[in-house]
Amino acid sequence: MQSFDLGKEGLRALNSSLHALKGQTNMTAWEVINPKGAHAIAAGVDAPVDITVRGSTGYYCAGMNKQATIRIKGSAGPGVAENMMSGTVIIDGDASQYAGATGRGGLLVIKGNASSRCGISMKGIDIVVHGNIGHMSAFMAQSGNLVVLGNAGEALGDSLYEARLFVRGTVKSLGADCIEKEMRDEHYAILEELLRRGEADHKAKPEEFRRYGSARKLYNFNIDNASSY
Amino acid sequence: MTDLPRTPPRFSATFTPAVNAEIRRAAASGIYDIRGGGTKRHLPHFDDLLFLGASISRYPLEGYREKCATDVWLGTRHAKKPIHLDIPITIAGMSFGALSGPAKEALGRGATAAGTSTTTGDGGMTEEERGHSKTLVYQYLPSRYGMNPDDLRRADAIEVVVGQGAKPGGGGMLLGQKISDRVANMRNLPKGIDQRSACRHPDWTGPDDLEIKIHELREITDWEKPIYVKVGGARPYYDTALAVKAGADVVVVDGMQGGTAATQDVFIEHVGMPILACIPQAVKALQDLGMHRKVQLIVSGGIRSGADVAKAMALGADAVAIGTAALIALGDNDPKWEEEYQKLGTTADAYDDWHEGRDPAGITTQDPELFKRFDPVLGGRRLKNYLKVMTLEAQTIARACGKNHLHNLEPEDLCSLTIEAAAMAGVPLAGTNWIPGRNGGW
Repeated sequence: MQSFDLGKEGLRALNSSLHALKGQTNMTAWEVINPKGAHAIAAGVDAPVDITVRGSTGYYCAGMNKQATIRIKGSAGPGVAENMMSGTVIIDGDASQYAGATGRGGLLVIKGNASSRCGISMKGIDIVVHGNIGHMSAFMAQSGNLVVLGNAGEALGDSLYEARLFVRGTVKSLGADCIEKEMRDEHYAILEELLRRGEADHKAKPEEFRRYGSARKLYNFNIDNASSY
Repeated sequence: MTDLPRTPPRFSATFTPAVNAEIRRAAASGIYDIRGGGTKRHLPHFDDLLFLGASISRYPLEGYREKCATDVWLGTRHAKKPIHLDIPITIAGMSFGALSGPAKEALGRGATAAGTSTTTGDGGMTEEERGHSKTLVYQYLPSRYGMNPDDLRRADAIEVVVGQGAKPGGGGMLLGQKISDRVANMRNLPKGIDQRSACRHPDWTGPDDLEIKIHELREITDWEKPIYVKVGGARPYYDTALAVKAGADVVVVDGMQGGTAATQDVFIEHVGMPILACIPQAVKALQDLGMHRKVQLIVSGGIRSGADVAKAMALGADAVAIGTAALIALGDNDPKWEEEYQKLGTTADAYDDWHEGRDPAGITTQDPELFKRFDPVLGGRRLKNYLKVMTLEAQTIARACGKNHLHNLEPEDLCSLTIEAAAMAGVPLAGTNWIPGRNGGW
């Protein structure tokens, strides 16, 4: 395993080394020690490598990740895995605001709680949160799946498009144009797969969830809906 | 009795026929007017400034013999690979979606031939534009449509868009008529829906967060790319200062004459400030921070000619950007389509319903039948010609002021025609040394 002391060698050296792992590499296991809440740790990685960060991270850890599996053995600051394209990011602790924002692919797993605006404007990413999520989560979410084993805060899925939201606990309130929808076989299958990949299949079963999605009433402007905006 | 003269009909200056027509339209439809373009109201503008030219106290340069350079470096503060352009007139961000693919290609062709950059927009990077643009600025917008690290890395610069002059504080919209299969796919949205672009970025709020966001973008691109921050002209002194504090290499300030693909007319006409008022404030912020010319300033909003370019640069800008003027150069609003404009209830040079996707010139549309009318090679050539003319015009003025580089133009080369322009631009009223609010003058 390649061990990298962030405190000694610095962020630029780390990200530069990780960006150099283009194409095939046999340096597939990396460990980052002493992260001390630094921002942009392992941002922009594009290689099928495993990176373990031993400690908590600042803003935008694993931003725009492609292919890599990144494990955070602590909590993550705002915007973790923002705009992720592919790969997997697993956080042992909690995640701050905007987790998985605008993510276009891959899987984000948060084993603790996620703060507000989790999955904001998500565009294809799958997010599994073992705990609760804060207010305004999945705002304008376009596609992908958000799975919450705990509860959701206010205004879940406000103005969302085609993303699927699965919540096991309570929802404090739904945002504009977000409604509860029927769970069909295809949704149970999606949930089963995501719970397994999200390392949560021992904690919850698909039939315990409710599904939320877009009523599609705000897709085209209508003056009669003005009070909803 | 009937022979007595009657008071002739008198129109109200407040309730003009145009105002009344809008009241009737609103009453009939129940929805505000949406249109493209920038403000159409009369504003203090570059036309209210004049160059003084050289005489005894200044020494002019010979127009056909002595050099007047026009090149500009952008992104020299932090980027490993700053941009070097032959001319200081760039093409502003306009989205694929708002514009057709061939129109984006033409912008790239024209800009490249003239030695300048073009800019993506709120719809991601198209192959047409990347392939035909030697220097391409990639916009990082609140919507993040199509955003990906590969395009970030193949861009030549990144522009973090906080706002635009047509609608500071507002998001965007692309109505369903223009959401074709290709546009929908690039934006990851269902076809035919009204697409809303958020007014705030999803993963940062405020200048401290912006600094961290810019740092992330630098890390992802290995500190190679210049990073611009674009703001709408509302509080340019503070916005420029905060952008510099956040680490911007380049600040872009867009005045309210700057266009949009579509937004509410009330927003376009009533929010923001004219570019003339924005430039001195932005320059002052840079000067107060000791960063003028170190962080470059690009200004936009109503730039039409080489005179406008020269005036913007004399006020302290490093470069300008054009959007509406570039579209007109490509062929937008051309009288040759007058018959079709009439069918749409408008006329050439007034057509602004770009959001409807029925542009007779085939530029602001996603209708394949309409954009077949537009030849990107010819359009690119027209844009190149126009950029060359603007450059020659700016050089002509600069030489007359005795300057061997456009960047050497200075406020001292200018006078104002109106008190308003004198106050906004910080340039003395013609025939006096009076700058309202600054000195007593004579």
